[in-house]
Amino acid sequence: MTCHDYKDLMMGYLDNELSDEQRRQFEEHLAGCSECKDELEEFRKLKAITDEVTLVEPEDRIWQDYWDGIYNRIERSVGWIVFSVAAILLTIYGGFKLIEELIKDETIGMLLKIGLLVLIVGLAILFVSVLRERLYFWQRDRYKNVRR
Amino acid sequence: MPSVCQEEIIAMRRCRRGSPEAFEVFVNRYMKNAYFIALGLVGNREDAMDLSQEAFIRAYRNIKYLKPDRRFFPWFYQILKNLCISHLRKRRYRQTSSLDGENCPEPSAMTDYFSPEVVAGRNELKDKVWQAIGKLDDKHREVIILRHFQNMSYEQIAEALYCNKGTVTSRLYYARKRLEELLSTGKGGSINDMP
Repeated sequence: MTCHDYKDLMMGYLDNELSDEQRRQFEEHLAGCSECKDELEEFRKLKAITDEVTLVEPEDRIWQDYWDGIYNRIERSVGWIVFSVAAILLTIYGGFKLIEELIKDETIGMLLKIGLLVLIVGLAILFVSVLRERLYFWQRDRYKNVRR
Repeated sequence: MPSVCQEEIIAMRRCRRGSPEAFEVFVNRYMKNAYFIALGLVGNREDAMDLSQEAFIRAYRNIKYLKPDRRFFPWFYQILKNLCISHLRKRRYRQTSSLDGENCPEPSAMTDYFSPEVVAGRNELKDKVWQAIGKLDDKHREVIILRHFQNMSYEQIAEALYCNKGTVTSRLYYARKRLEELLSTGKGGSINDMP
Protein backbone atom coordinates (compact mmCIF):
# COMPACT_ATOMS: atom_id res chain seq x y z
CA MET A 1 0.00 0.00 0.00
CA THR A 2 1.21 3.51 -0.81
CA CYS A 3 0.83 6.57 1.43
CA HIS A 4 -2.10 7.65 -0.73
CA ASP A 5 -3.91 4.41 0.14
CA TYR A 6 -3.66 5.30 3.82
CA LYS A 7 -5.58 8.59 3.49
CA ASP A 8 -8.90 7.00 4.46
CA LEU A 9 -7.33 5.35 7.47
CA MET A 10 -5.74 8.67 8.39
CA MET A 11 -9.14 10.38 8.50
CA GLY A 12 -10.59 7.52 10.55
CA TYR A 13 -7.60 7.66 12.90
CA LEU A 14 -8.02 11.41 13.32
CA ASP A 15 -11.75 11.12 14.03
CA ASN A 16 -11.48 8.00 16.18
CA GLU A 17 -13.50 5.94 13.73
CA LEU A 18 -11.15 2.98 13.23
CA SER A 19 -11.44 -0.55 14.51
CA ASP A 20 -8.57 -1.84 16.69
CA GLU A 21 -7.15 -3.74 13.74
CA GLN A 22 -7.26 -0.71 11.41
CA ARG A 23 -5.73 1.48 14.11
CA ARG A 24 -2.85 -0.98 14.59
CA GLN A 25 -2.31 -1.18 10.83
CA PHE A 26 -2.21 2.60 10.50
CA GLU A 27 0.09 3.08 13.50
CA GLU A 28 2.47 0.53 12.01
CA HIS A 29 2.59 2.52 8.79
CA LEU A 30 2.95 5.77 10.70
CA ALA A 31 5.97 4.47 12.62
CA GLY A 32 7.89 4.13 9.38
CA CYS A 33 6.58 7.09 7.38
CA SER A 34 7.55 10.62 8.37
CA GLU A 35 5.53 12.09 5.48
CA CYS A 36 2.25 10.65 6.79
CA LYS A 37 3.24 11.58 10.34
CA ASP A 38 3.68 15.23 9.30
CA GLU A 39 0.45 15.21 7.32
CA LEU A 40 -1.43 13.74 10.29
CA GLU A 41 -0.03 16.47 12.53
CA GLU A 42 -1.26 19.15 10.15
CA PHE A 43 -4.69 17.55 10.01
CA ARG A 44 -4.76 17.34 13.82
CA LYS A 45 -4.12 21.05 14.07
CA LEU A 46 -6.73 21.82 11.42
CA LYS A 47 -9.29 19.63 13.19
CA ALA A 48 -8.59 21.38 16.49
CA ILE A 49 -9.11 24.86 15.07
CA THR A 50 -12.17 23.79 13.06
CA ASP A 51 -13.73 22.20 16.15
CA GLU A 52 -13.29 25.50 17.97
CA VAL A 53 -15.61 27.27 15.52
CA THR A 54 -19.17 27.27 16.81
CA LEU A 55 -22.05 29.30 15.43
CA VAL A 56 -24.24 31.78 17.25
CA GLU A 57 -27.49 30.23 18.41
CA PRO A 58 -30.59 32.25 17.51
CA GLU A 59 -32.63 33.65 20.41
CA ASP A 60 -35.09 31.34 22.22
CA ARG A 61 -37.96 33.40 20.82
CA ILE A 62 -37.02 32.25 17.30
CA TRP A 63 -37.25 28.58 18.30
CA GLN A 64 -40.53 29.15 20.14
CA ASP A 65 -42.07 30.64 16.99
CA TYR A 66 -40.43 28.15 14.62
CA TRP A 67 -43.18 25.51 14.66
CA ASP A 68 -45.94 28.14 14.47
CA GLY A 69 -44.35 29.50 11.30
CA ILE A 70 -44.29 26.05 9.71
CA TYR A 71 -47.80 25.13 10.84
CA ASN A 72 -49.25 28.37 9.49
CA ARG A 73 -47.50 27.92 6.16
CA ILE A 74 -48.76 24.33 5.83
CA GLU A 75 -52.30 25.44 6.66
CA ARG A 76 -52.27 28.42 4.35
CA SER A 77 -50.58 26.76 1.40
CA VAL A 78 -53.82 25.26 -0.01
CA GLY A 79 -55.54 28.64 0.26
CA TRP A 80 -52.67 30.34 -1.52
CA ILE A 81 -52.69 27.84 -4.38
CA VAL A 82 -56.45 28.31 -4.95
CA PHE A 83 -56.12 32.08 -4.62
CA SER A 84 -53.16 32.23 -7.05
CA VAL A 85 -54.89 30.12 -9.72
CA ALA A 86 -58.04 32.26 -9.48
CA ALA A 87 -56.02 35.51 -9.55
CA ILE A 88 -54.07 34.42 -12.66
CA LEU A 89 -57.23 33.35 -14.48
CA LEU A 90 -59.06 36.58 -13.61
CA THR A 91 -56.05 38.71 -14.57
CA ILE A 92 -55.74 37.01 -17.96
CA TYR A 93 -59.48 37.34 -18.55
CA GLY A 94 -59.43 40.98 -17.44
CA GLY A 95 -56.44 41.70 -19.65
CA PHE A 96 -58.13 40.30 -22.74
CA LYS A 97 -61.34 42.17 -21.96
CA LEU A 98 -59.44 45.41 -21.45
CA ILE A 99 -57.60 45.06 -24.75
CA GLU A 100 -60.89 44.27 -26.49
CA GLU A 101 -62.62 47.31 -24.97
CA LEU A 102 -59.70 49.57 -25.79
CA ILE A 103 -59.64 48.61 -29.41
CA LYS A 104 -63.42 49.01 -29.76
CA ASP A 105 -63.76 52.32 -27.83
CA GLU A 106 -63.46 55.20 -30.26
CA THR A 107 -63.72 57.91 -27.57
CA ILE A 108 -60.31 57.00 -26.10
CA GLY A 109 -57.38 58.80 -27.67
CA MET A 110 -54.87 56.82 -29.70
CA LEU A 111 -51.96 57.81 -27.41
CA LEU A 112 -53.75 56.51 -24.29
CA LYS A 113 -54.64 53.31 -26.10
CA ILE A 114 -51.02 52.77 -27.10
CA GLY A 115 -49.79 53.60 -23.58
CA LEU A 116 -52.13 51.11 -21.93
CA LEU A 117 -51.35 48.44 -24.48
CA VAL A 118 -47.61 48.90 -23.95
CA LEU A 119 -48.16 48.62 -20.18
CA ILE A 120 -50.03 45.33 -20.61
CA VAL A 121 -47.39 44.01 -23.01
CA GLY A 122 -44.66 44.96 -20.49
CA LEU A 123 -46.44 43.12 -17.69
CA ALA A 124 -46.90 40.09 -19.94
CA ILE A 125 -43.18 40.08 -20.83
CA LEU A 126 -42.24 40.24 -17.13
CA PHE A 127 -44.61 37.39 -16.34
CA VAL A 128 -43.26 35.22 -19.16
CA SER A 129 -39.68 36.03 -18.16
CA VAL A 130 -40.21 34.93 -14.55
CA LEU A 131 -42.05 31.83 -15.75
CA ARG A 132 -39.21 31.02 -18.18
CA GLU A 133 -36.60 31.44 -15.43
CA ARG A 134 -38.54 29.10 -13.14
CA LEU A 135 -38.86 26.57 -15.93
CA TYR A 136 -35.16 26.87 -16.76
CA PHE A 137 -34.17 26.02 -13.18
CA TRP A 138 -36.75 23.29 -12.91
CA GLN A 139 -35.57 21.54 -16.08
CA ARG A 140 -31.89 21.71 -15.10
CA ASP A 141 -32.34 20.93 -11.43
CA ARG A 142 -30.58 17.60 -10.93
CA TYR A 143 -31.97 17.49 -7.40
CA LYS A 144 -35.64 17.97 -8.22
CA ASN A 145 -36.37 14.30 -7.64
CA VAL A 146 -35.65 13.98 -3.99
CA ARG A 147 -34.27 10.53 -3.26
CA ARG A 148 -36.48 8.76 -0.75
CA MET B 1 -28.40 12.42 15.60
CA PRO B 2 -31.15 10.86 17.68
CA SER B 3 -32.06 7.34 16.58
CA VAL B 4 -35.48 6.40 15.29
CA CYS B 5 -37.87 5.91 18.18
CA GLN B 6 -41.42 4.88 18.86
CA GLU B 7 -42.52 8.50 19.13
CA GLU B 8 -41.35 9.19 15.56
CA ILE B 9 -43.04 6.08 14.21
CA ILE B 10 -46.35 7.07 15.80
CA ALA B 11 -45.99 10.67 14.62
CA MET B 12 -45.21 9.49 11.10
CA ARG B 13 -48.39 7.39 11.00
CA ARG B 14 -50.46 10.36 12.17
CA CYS B 15 -48.85 12.66 9.60
CA ARG B 16 -49.68 10.17 6.85
CA ARG B 17 -53.28 10.33 7.95
CA GLY B 18 -53.19 14.10 7.40
CA SER B 19 -52.52 15.51 10.84
CA PRO B 20 -50.10 18.48 10.62
CA GLU B 21 -50.05 18.74 14.44
CA ALA B 22 -48.26 15.37 14.63
CA PHE B 23 -45.42 16.78 12.56
CA GLU B 24 -44.38 18.99 15.48
CA VAL B 25 -42.46 16.01 16.93
CA PHE B 26 -40.07 16.06 13.97
CA VAL B 27 -39.78 19.84 13.88
CA ASN B 28 -38.95 20.14 17.58
CA ARG B 29 -36.43 17.35 17.36
CA TYR B 30 -34.57 18.47 14.25
CA MET B 31 -35.13 22.22 13.86
CA LYS B 32 -31.75 23.21 15.28
CA ASN B 33 -29.90 20.61 13.20
CA ALA B 34 -31.78 21.81 10.13
CA TYR B 35 -31.01 25.47 10.77
CA PHE B 36 -27.31 24.96 11.44
CA ILE B 37 -26.86 22.63 8.46
CA ALA B 38 -28.57 25.18 6.20
CA LEU B 39 -26.44 27.95 7.69
CA GLY B 40 -23.33 25.91 6.98
CA LEU B 41 -24.41 25.32 3.41
CA VAL B 42 -25.69 28.77 2.42
CA GLY B 43 -23.84 30.98 4.92
CA ASN B 44 -26.65 33.43 5.70
CA ARG B 45 -28.88 33.43 8.80
CA GLU B 46 -32.11 34.61 7.18
CA ASP B 47 -31.77 32.25 4.22
CA ALA B 48 -30.90 29.35 6.55
CA MET B 49 -33.97 29.97 8.71
CA ASP B 50 -36.24 30.21 5.69
CA LEU B 51 -34.77 27.19 3.90
CA SER B 52 -34.90 25.01 6.99
CA GLN B 53 -38.57 25.84 7.51
CA GLU B 54 -39.33 25.28 3.83
CA ALA B 55 -37.62 21.87 4.04
CA PHE B 56 -39.93 20.86 6.90
CA ILE B 57 -42.97 21.98 4.91
CA ARG B 58 -41.87 19.93 1.90
CA ALA B 59 -41.11 16.98 4.14
CA TYR B 60 -44.63 17.15 5.59
CA ARG B 61 -46.21 17.30 2.13
CA ASN B 62 -44.17 14.30 0.95
CA ILE B 63 -44.09 12.21 4.09
CA LYS B 64 -46.36 9.64 2.45
CA TYR B 65 -43.42 8.75 0.19
CA LEU B 66 -41.09 7.99 3.10
CA LYS B 67 -40.94 4.25 3.52
CA PRO B 68 -42.01 3.15 7.00
CA ASP B 69 -38.74 1.31 7.60
CA ARG B 70 -36.60 4.40 6.77
CA ARG B 71 -35.45 6.91 9.33
CA PHE B 72 -36.82 10.44 9.04
CA PHE B 73 -33.63 12.46 9.37
CA PRO B 74 -31.53 11.11 6.43
CA TRP B 75 -34.56 11.50 4.17
CA PHE B 76 -35.27 14.98 5.49
CA TYR B 77 -31.60 15.87 5.06
CA GLN B 78 -31.84 15.15 1.32
CA ILE B 79 -34.76 17.58 1.02
CA LEU B 80 -32.90 20.26 2.99
CA LYS B 81 -29.69 19.78 1.03
CA ASN B 82 -31.46 19.91 -2.32
CA LEU B 83 -33.21 23.12 -1.33
CA CYS B 84 -29.93 24.68 -0.22
CA ILE B 85 -28.10 23.62 -3.38
CA SER B 86 -30.93 24.90 -5.53
CA HIS B 87 -30.86 28.19 -3.59
CA LEU B 88 -27.09 28.50 -4.11
CA ARG B 89 -27.42 27.85 -7.82
CA LYS B 90 -30.08 30.53 -8.16
CA ARG B 91 -27.92 32.94 -6.19
CA ARG B 92 -24.93 32.23 -8.42
CA TYR B 93 -27.07 32.56 -11.55
CA ARG B 94 -28.51 35.90 -10.41
CA GLN B 95 -25.05 37.14 -9.45
CA THR B 96 -23.66 36.12 -12.84
CA SER B 97 -26.63 37.64 -14.67
CA SER B 98 -26.39 40.94 -12.81
CA LEU B 99 -22.69 41.28 -13.56
CA ASP B 100 -23.22 40.06 -17.11
CA GLY B 101 -19.81 38.96 -18.23
CA GLU B 102 -17.69 40.70 -15.63
CA ASN B 103 -15.53 38.62 -13.31
CA CYS B 104 -18.02 37.58 -10.70
CA PRO B 105 -17.00 36.45 -7.22
CA GLU B 106 -18.17 33.17 -5.69
CA PRO B 107 -21.24 33.65 -3.51
CA SER B 108 -19.12 32.79 -0.51
CA ALA B 109 -16.94 35.79 -1.27
CA MET B 110 -19.91 38.13 -1.25
CA THR B 111 -20.17 40.19 1.90
CA ASP B 112 -23.53 38.89 3.12
CA TYR B 113 -22.53 35.27 2.96
CA PHE B 114 -20.22 33.46 5.34
CA SER B 115 -19.90 36.64 7.30
CA PRO B 116 -17.99 36.07 10.57
CA GLU B 117 -20.87 37.66 12.48
CA VAL B 118 -22.45 34.23 12.86
CA VAL B 119 -19.37 32.83 14.62
CA ALA B 120 -19.67 32.53 18.41
CA GLY B 121 -16.81 33.88 20.55
CA ARG B 122 -15.16 35.43 17.53
CA ASN B 123 -11.45 35.83 17.01
CA GLU B 124 -9.32 36.28 13.90
CA LEU B 125 -8.57 32.58 13.49
CA LYS B 126 -12.21 31.43 13.88
CA ASP B 127 -13.33 34.08 11.39
CA LYS B 128 -10.78 32.83 8.87
CA VAL B 129 -11.78 29.21 9.30
CA TRP B 130 -15.48 30.06 8.82
CA GLN B 131 -14.77 32.11 5.70
CA ALA B 132 -12.52 29.37 4.32
CA ILE B 133 -15.33 26.85 4.87
CA GLY B 134 -17.52 29.16 2.79
CA LYS B 135 -15.06 28.91 -0.09
CA LEU B 136 -15.11 25.10 -0.24
CA ASP B 137 -17.03 23.22 -2.94
CA ASP B 138 -20.56 22.32 -1.90
CA LYS B 139 -19.79 18.62 -1.46
CA HIS B 140 -16.67 19.33 0.60
CA ARG B 141 -18.39 21.96 2.73
CA GLU B 142 -21.19 19.52 3.37
CA VAL B 143 -18.98 16.85 4.97
CA ILE B 144 -17.12 19.45 7.06
CA ILE B 145 -20.44 20.82 8.34
CA LEU B 146 -21.82 17.38 9.17
CA ARG B 147 -18.65 16.20 10.85
CA HIS B 148 -17.54 19.31 12.72
CA PHE B 149 -20.75 21.24 13.33
CA GLN B 150 -23.18 18.35 13.70
CA ASN B 151 -20.72 15.91 15.30
CA MET B 152 -22.07 13.11 13.13
CA SER B 153 -20.23 9.80 12.90
CA TYR B 154 -19.02 8.51 9.52
CA GLU B 155 -21.87 6.02 9.54
CA GLN B 156 -24.46 8.76 10.13
CA ILE B 157 -22.91 10.95 7.43
CA ALA B 158 -22.92 8.03 5.00
CA GLU B 159 -26.60 7.39 5.77
CA ALA B 160 -27.48 11.06 5.25
CA LEU B 161 -25.54 11.29 1.99
CA TYR B 162 -26.71 7.92 0.68
CA CYS B 163 -23.13 6.80 0.13
CA ASN B 164 -20.68 4.42 1.77
CA LYS B 165 -18.22 5.19 4.56
CA GLY B 166 -15.31 5.04 2.12
CA THR B 167 -16.77 7.94 0.16
CA VAL B 168 -17.24 9.92 3.37
CA THR B 169 -13.61 9.45 4.46
CA SER B 170 -12.36 10.27 0.98
CA ARG B 171 -14.45 13.47 0.79
CA LEU B 172 -13.35 14.46 4.27
CA TYR B 173 -9.71 14.00 3.28
CA TYR B 174 -10.00 16.23 0.23
CA ALA B 175 -12.22 18.74 2.06
CA ARG B 176 -9.66 19.10 4.84
CA LYS B 177 -6.80 19.29 2.35
CA ARG B 178 -8.57 22.11 0.55
CA LEU B 179 -9.42 23.86 3.80
CA GLU B 180 -5.80 23.64 4.84
CA GLU B 181 -4.74 25.15 1.50
CA LEU B 182 -7.23 28.00 1.84
CA LEU B 183 -6.08 28.79 5.36
CA SER B 184 -2.42 28.55 4.44
CA THR B 185 -2.88 30.80 1.40
CA GLY B 186 -4.57 33.43 3.52
CA LYS B 187 -1.78 33.30 6.07
CA GLY B 188 1.11 33.01 3.68
CA GLY B 189 2.39 29.84 5.32
CA SER B 190 1.38 26.39 6.46
CA ILE B 191 -1.24 25.51 9.04
CA ASN B 192 1.57 24.85 11.51
CA ASP B 193 2.40 28.57 11.54
CA MET B 194 -0.98 29.34 13.02
CA PRO B 195 -1.35 30.00 16.73
